[in-house]
Amino acid sequence: MRTTVYVPGDAAALALGADAVADAIAATAAARGIELRLVRNGSRGMVWLEPLVEVVTAQGRIAYGPVTVDVVDSLFAANFPSGGEHPLRLGPTESIPWLARQTRLVTRRLGVVDPRSLADYIARGGGEGLRRARAMAPAAIVQAVTDSGLRGRGGAAFPAGIKWRTVLEAAATQKYVVCNADEGDSGTYSDRMLMEGDPFCLLEGMAIAGRAVGADRGYIYVRSEYPHAIAALQAALAAAGDFLGDGFGKFHVEVRKGAGSYVCGEETALLESLEGRRGIVRSKPPLPAVEGLFGRPTLIHNVITLASVPDILAQGAAAYREHGSGRSHGTLPFQLAGNIRHGGLVEVPFGLTLRELIYDFGGGSRSGRPLRAVQVGGPLGAYLPEAQFDTPLDYEAFAAIGAGLGHGGIVAFDDKVDMAKQARYAMKFCAIESCGKCTPCRIGSTRGVEVIDRIRAGDRAQIELLEDLCETMVQGSACAMGSMTPIPVLSALHHFPEDFA
Amino acid sequence: MDIAATLARILDAHRDRPGALLPVLHEVQNAVGFIPPETVPAIATALNLSRAEVHGVISYYHHFRQEPTGRHVVRVCCAEACQAVGGEVLAEHARTRLAGSDVTLEPVYCLGLCACGPAVQVDETQLHAAMTPAKFDALVARLEAER
Repeated sequence: MRTTVYVPGDAAALALGADAVADAIAATAAARGIELRLVRNGSRGMVWLEPLVEVVTAQGRIAYGPVTVDVVDSLFAANFPSGGEHPLRLGPTESIPWLARQTRLVTRRLGVVDPRSLADYIARGGGEGLRRARAMAPAAIVQAVTDSGLRGRGGAAFPAGIKWRTVLEAAATQKYVVCNADEGDSGTYSDRMLMEGDPFCLLEGMAIAGRAVGADRGYIYVRSEYPHAIAALQAALAAAGDFLGDGFGKFHVEVRKGAGSYVCGEETALLESLEGRRGIVRSKPPLPAVEGLFGRPTLIHNVITLASVPDILAQGAAAYREHGSGRSHGTLPFQLAGNIRHGGLVEVPFGLTLRELIYDFGGGSRSGRPLRAVQVGGPLGAYLPEAQFDTPLDYEAFAAIGAGLGHGGIVAFDDKVDMAKQARYAMKFCAIESCGKCTPCRIGSTRGVEVIDRIRAGDRAQIELLEDLCETMVQGSACAMGSMTPIPVLSALHHFPEDFA
Repeated sequence: MDIAATLARILDAHRDRPGALLPVLHEVQNAVGFIPPETVPAIATALNLSRAEVHGVISYYHHFRQEPTGRHVVRVCCAEACQAVGGEVLAEHARTRLAGSDVTLEPVYCLGLCACGPAVQVDETQLHAAMTPAKFDALVARLEAER
């Protein structure tokens, strides 16, 4: 029997040389007369071990990593197709403590499954949620999502069930399900990994959502910076066949490519972009659930939210709700990024502390220097000092310290960071990406850069002006871009005042 | 390349799609390398838009270009996660190295490679992680040597 070898095709693995490793493994096997079946899986999420090569043995999947082209010969010499000993051998993949300590629900098949194979997806439990949904009334599906406690994983953490009910109850001949895959926050990549590594899971979630709210069309809006995710989704759609049918008719999904606008991650700007216009935010109300894409009721969620749904239907709402803490139910795939030793995807229930995440999982800084600041939740998230590292990772606990979990991105900085420079960057990024609709964001961000420049030049009297400007942006902006940019700015100023002296 | 013929083919394929403008612009840019200003009137007519609307969309999105690029486009991530591991030093190095080169340098704000930065993308498909100035020079030398 041919041995199966997995070499990730995930973008991070590719960036670390996975294609060359796959080629070398294939060539070396051929030269040695060994028959291998090479599968390009997604990533398990242990990015510092990528390319992480796995081989299927009688003892399960055995991992080796990080594999480079120049060690491939020695892997074969060590008989790695049978799981042989080698300095890079990590043992059974599932027993690697970093992975074993996680609670993988939405990412349960990530890095496990062949993302191009519907049969493999089904063989590993995929499709069960949709199968159950077909036997349920739409209102019962909505109830299950409500009961699970699932909240929007894109950042706003709005209860998903309320959105679903609103769209279900809206009377219209045409409704839409839109997947927001415009994952623009620096430090986040869980959407990308899921689309590349388990695309059928997202499609299944969308089909369930369509059946629940009465929509037969779905759009996935993927940012243009993610060409590999777009390709993976298109390959999955081509292979999906009748899989997405809801028992009444086909659920049509179309992948649309964004064009490099950060603000299109805001749901109404995204809808404008899908309609072929500039990605400028709309006034709310009307909510997209009432008047969304092309003026029709639209259920819009990010990737992880929709991909969480199949598991909720398959395992039951109560099983999902049991995870987590307080009013934050379920799990969140956190993404360890920046100056971190063991970066990657950590799916755990809400409630772990930030310290546990960055030290127990992350292993501290990559540089070996002390960690000084951690930005949680992307470019609009707060910079937290060491004194706040013991905050539990749940929505309410983070709100209580003026921060947010956002999309679960955790960017670590060591003690060489200049926090005034980071504050300046936050304003600068807002100036670059502002859609221009409202003045506080459009003009305020540019003035913010100037004010911080004066503070950095020694004019401390400008600090009051910066606080004032931030207040105006918070109160007067039309969307999160302008109203949340002050969060990184002021958290940097308040927690690290010495950098503004 | 016969731009008019290419454009006609693209417009025929997309004109009846709802919200067709972005897909059309992507295809034009993929085929031509940028969106030539002379294509704007035909796009506007086909999609029943004003030229101002089409131009407004092209100029709004960072991804769309109105001028040709060099032989290759190198994008260096300038966002926070890459800043935390030397992204700014790399970006500055890239600016110096590529001044006057026929390899075009663009900033990009996150490639989703935040656990293995600094990240670089070449021609929208090729990815490089854990980039250093020395590795960058080797990469650029390869790109410049290609004919």
